[in-house]
Amino acid sequence: MSKTTATPDIIQRRLPITLQVEPRLKGTSPGLSIITSLAAVLVALILGGILIALVGGDPFATYAHIANVAFGSLGGITDTLTKATPLILVGLACALAFRMKLWNIGAEGQFYIGAWAASAVVLIPLLPATASPFLFIPAMMIAGMLGGAAWGFIPGFLKARFKVNEVITTLMLNYIAVAWNNFWIFAVWTEGGFQMSPMFPRTSWLPRLSDLAAQIKDFRGLTLHGGFIIALLAAVVVWFILNRSKWGYEIRLIGDNPKAAEYAGIPIRRNIVLVMMASGALAGLAGMSEISGVVHRLQGAISPGYGFTGIIIAWLAKLNPYAVIIVSILFGALLLAGREIQPSGIPKMIQGIVLVCLIASDFFTRYRVRIARRTEA
Amino acid sequence: MLDLITILQAGVASGTVLLFATIGEIFAERSGVMNLGVEGMMLIGAMSAFSVTISTGDPLLGVLVAMLAAGLLSQIHAFLTITLQSDQVVSGLALTFLGTGISLVLGEGLSKAGTVALLPIVSPAWLSGIPLLGGGLALLQQLLSAIPLLGPILFTNQNVLVYGGYLFVPIAWYLINRTRPGLHLRAVGDYPAAADSLGVSVTRLRYFYVFVGGLLAGLAGATISLAISPGWFSELTTGGQGWIAVGLVIFAQWNPVRAMFGAYAFGALRRLILDIQGPTLLFGMANPFYYNPYWGFFLQMLPYAFTVIVLVIGSRDAVRKRLGAPAALGVPYVRGERGL
Amino acid sequence: MPEDTTPEKVVEMRGITKRFPGVLANDHVDFDLWRSEIHALLGENGAGQSTLMSVLAGLYHPETGSIVVNGKPVSFSSPRDAIQAGIGMIHQHFMLVQSQTVTENILLGLDRPRFRMNLSTYDQEIATLSERFHLKVDPRAKIWQLSVGEQQRVEILKMLYRGAQVLIMDEPTAVLAPLEIEDLFKTLRTMIQDGKSIIFISHKLNEVLEIADRVSVLRAGRTTASGVSTEGVTRSDLARLMVGRNVILSVEKKPVTPGEVVLSVEDVHAESDRGLPAVRGISLNVRGGEIVGLAGVAGNGQRELADVINGLRKCQQGRVRLHGAEISNQPIRKNIQGGMAYIPEDRTHVGTAPSLSITDNVIMKKYQQPPIGHGMSVDAKAAEKFAQQLKETYDIIVPNVKTQARLLSGGNLQRVILAREMSSMPKMMIAVQPTRGLDVGAIEGVHKYLLTEREAGAGVLLISEELEELLALCDRIYVIYEGQIMGEVSDGTIETIGLMMTGTPLEQIRPYGQGAATHV
Repeated sequence: MSKTTATPDIIQRRLPITLQVEPRLKGTSPGLSIITSLAAVLVALILGGILIALVGGDPFATYAHIANVAFGSLGGITDTLTKATPLILVGLACALAFRMKLWNIGAEGQFYIGAWAASAVVLIPLLPATASPFLFIPAMMIAGMLGGAAWGFIPGFLKARFKVNEVITTLMLNYIAVAWNNFWIFAVWTEGGFQMSPMFPRTSWLPRLSDLAAQIKDFRGLTLHGGFIIALLAAVVVWFILNRSKWGYEIRLIGDNPKAAEYAGIPIRRNIVLVMMASGALAGLAGMSEISGVVHRLQGAISPGYGFTGIIIAWLAKLNPYAVIIVSILFGALLLAGREIQPSGIPKMIQGIVLVCLIASDFFTRYRVRIARRTEA
Repeated sequence: MLDLITILQAGVASGTVLLFATIGEIFAERSGVMNLGVEGMMLIGAMSAFSVTISTGDPLLGVLVAMLAAGLLSQIHAFLTITLQSDQVVSGLALTFLGTGISLVLGEGLSKAGTVALLPIVSPAWLSGIPLLGGGLALLQQLLSAIPLLGPILFTNQNVLVYGGYLFVPIAWYLINRTRPGLHLRAVGDYPAAADSLGVSVTRLRYFYVFVGGLLAGLAGATISLAISPGWFSELTTGGQGWIAVGLVIFAQWNPVRAMFGAYAFGALRRLILDIQGPTLLFGMANPFYYNPYWGFFLQMLPYAFTVIVLVIGSRDAVRKRLGAPAALGVPYVRGERGL
Repeated sequence: MPEDTTPEKVVEMRGITKRFPGVLANDHVDFDLWRSEIHALLGENGAGQSTLMSVLAGLYHPETGSIVVNGKPVSFSSPRDAIQAGIGMIHQHFMLVQSQTVTENILLGLDRPRFRMNLSTYDQEIATLSERFHLKVDPRAKIWQLSVGEQQRVEILKMLYRGAQVLIMDEPTAVLAPLEIEDLFKTLRTMIQDGKSIIFISHKLNEVLEIADRVSVLRAGRTTASGVSTEGVTRSDLARLMVGRNVILSVEKKPVTPGEVVLSVEDVHAESDRGLPAVRGISLNVRGGEIVGLAGVAGNGQRELADVINGLRKCQQGRVRLHGAEISNQPIRKNIQGGMAYIPEDRTHVGTAPSLSITDNVIMKKYQQPPIGHGMSVDAKAAEKFAQQLKETYDIIVPNVKTQARLLSGGNLQRVILAREMSSMPKMMIAVQPTRGLDVGAIEGVHKYLLTEREAGAGVLLISEELEELLALCDRIYVIYEGQIMGEVSDGTIETIGLMMTGTPLEQIRPYGQGAATHV
């Protein structure tokens, strides 16, 4: 460039290089968003490692331990899938609601109420202990889903009717759900004064791999249960709803631009309630699956924060139901191995870091950042 | 016997926690940034205040560190939402996870650490220790305490932070409504483009007020662990009060004075839930709540249920009056989006 | 040239280039401003005149070029710098905080007072200033209580209070009624007598010729005329410079015999978003094969009326009928099934879903019925085929129909909306400001499509602020003012309609012909 009439005093104070941020005009390719997500997780693990080192832990040993516990053996892998089962269902619950920009933070509470309602079938009892599993399991599934849906209905209705912020209502309902659950296991269904119900009859258990140990020796002691299949089916159903159904189209349209949806004649309030209920039903189903497949009784602390992890899973999966399965398995590994990690807050902290990095990485799928030489006049 | 004065007195004290957190969030939201990470920031604050005070024996230092730590955490949210224009809801949730996680990791073992030096109670004896003004302040405190009804509730046997709350509410209101920084704060939250066009830096102010929100959430956390219910009990330390604070902001319609009433009412409710289980007789009848563990679970639900109710009231009000939320709340500001 | 006749240059911009992603908004543009002149900057929407002035006002930083103000080179990094150099810009979209008072808005961003705001003393100061420049406004009023014209006065006061010597006004007359425009021009003349200089961005040729001393023209980011005196320049000269070819302002309108009444609005009342009465007893009707205009300055209830007709807003009193069946306060779906099409004013926020594909956007009103909707599911293949068809028929220029709507230009986006609405073979179409912000080619396209609807026997209600557009297209024109109809004309002129737009009922303009004679 030739000599110009630019104002030198300003330019000299600036760096010769600038960061230019431009929106991506061509849209984002799916490959790019996968790469940025992976990069975000990697950065999060590095940051988490640094923090672990800072509090006196060994990050490499910690991560190696997680990988080994979760994927090192057949038993480990099935344990991981068992842990992933409620996560898939809860992740789907969040993905469905988030698609409509409905911030259901209450999957945790819906999980508890789902577990409670499913237990009610056994403990009231609505069905005799001798009833066939083919009756028991579906009845518990329906009860769990209804319970979760009811718990989702409340914030949905309040938002549709009074425009009440659903983030806070769903969260408050979590605390109420836990207290409700505690009341029942302590006051009504307690076994010998402990805060837990009696063990459920075998007929109400979801089938497990170890049930087949007589036929296949390697399956002995494997905990993976039928809930995993239910979760996979649920993912297919949610995918179909979101991508191939009229209702899913409405959900996506409302999520992207509620004004346009209103203009197209789509009943928004009704969909708010319906989607919150469907989301709650999925979370409730997760509660049922955990009760009937793993714990086999109702007790306190049946969830180590599945409902919250589901939020991160849904976000990491970019609200894609099939990606939810994969991400859930990874988080299942983290939770499984995390039980033995000290200090005990580490898994939670890593989840937080992952989510922060993930949100930050979204920026790079929307914008292109270029390092440019200052082109000066 | 159920003593109303005691309940209100303790209610004001425990409401001070919510007061700081709520007004902090009001500052952030007035600038246009909703920060749902209050719970996480409070936990960080409670943990660092307790931890620092244990190791140094200086509660004042504990409070300062708590505020700074929560303020620093809030800047993650500021960076994500202001610079990277991320969704404020998701980012706020992430902040809660992060704050909870970090405070659990760093607070490991802290709960067994025993007792610490706490923040002082405001009494004539303590006030007299203040140089120069001490005597006058002591006299003033005695006069205030002598006011019927209000004296015992507000001024007797209260922690220094509770007194801080009394000063803080009018200051916050004055700052927002009667000063230049307040004018700029409101402009940035209502119509950032207008502020920007007159050379007010939207980005800088939003970062700043998110930081202020963080400082106050940290102070709220420190108020719990060093004054109201001392100690570190992991996530139970805050028990969802950060979320209640976010809800109160809507009820308060972004007004510090309304926030104060809401916060004290909630504090009183918390106290009532504890105290109602004590007496054997209630209004001359057998007290159904008397150390009844079953009823206890339902009493525990009350603050959360009330938050929902209060939200319904606040939201209906806002809809009816067509005012309330800052117009640009939750919307990232991008200069000059046209030209595309 | 002798010293005393050389005009003093206040602003000199040289070789300004400003690039946005995908657009070269300014390409080496030069611009001069003299003291005490009104300099019009003419150009079509998107020609780059707003960008150029935003550069001068410190909002944008140019890639190349220099700015000299009062003989000194400057480089603004923020609007504050520009204001300190005496340059203030009044944006088309007012930069006013609705919840604050006039005084608060004027004091925003200043250093004085530093902390405590004693508003009453400043109220006084501002009242004095507003009197001096004939800018009547109550300093204590909140912005949302003011009319659009008053809000503009606040904007001008804001700049005068800061001691601005150069005032940039971006399309200031677009939101004003003819009488208010005269008031504005009076103020502007007072200001240049006071030694100030004004840059007047516009695309309205007659206004430019009326008020400006000199004119510069931009086309597609380049200067086509620089500081030409307005004396001896004709409208068609300017039009050619602006568009690059002779503009045909008239449209070809085939004679169509109007059919039955399709839409009838009977004494409708509705509230604005703030709960104030916005539509106050409006009655009108549209017949098949007719384009009926609704003229009026923005903010007189047009948007609310369009919302009521389309079922997006509550009809408080009165009723709306489509083919005789009442549709007010009915589910919107009933409207759509009854053959109502709606081209909303806000293309991006109401008309489309930005992150969804073109396909998803065009099936918005079609996904329920076959061939696209089957039972509970949406046939993705049929939807894509339908979108592909529309893309070809309506010349939507995109790589493929999976493209997200947000990546489209304004003209293309409007074609998507038109395609969607017209493909439903509507019986009634409401179009609100359908050509705003489009370039000339796209405007012609929109006009053509509206006329096609008319010839197909549909009723069209065209709500617009562009009088020339209305006069060219419409069979009849209603004029709205403060939520009421001032009258209905089929042979109106700009003058009569202008009077009605400022609140003079037709009966007062044509007192001799009260009753049947003037009404169609």
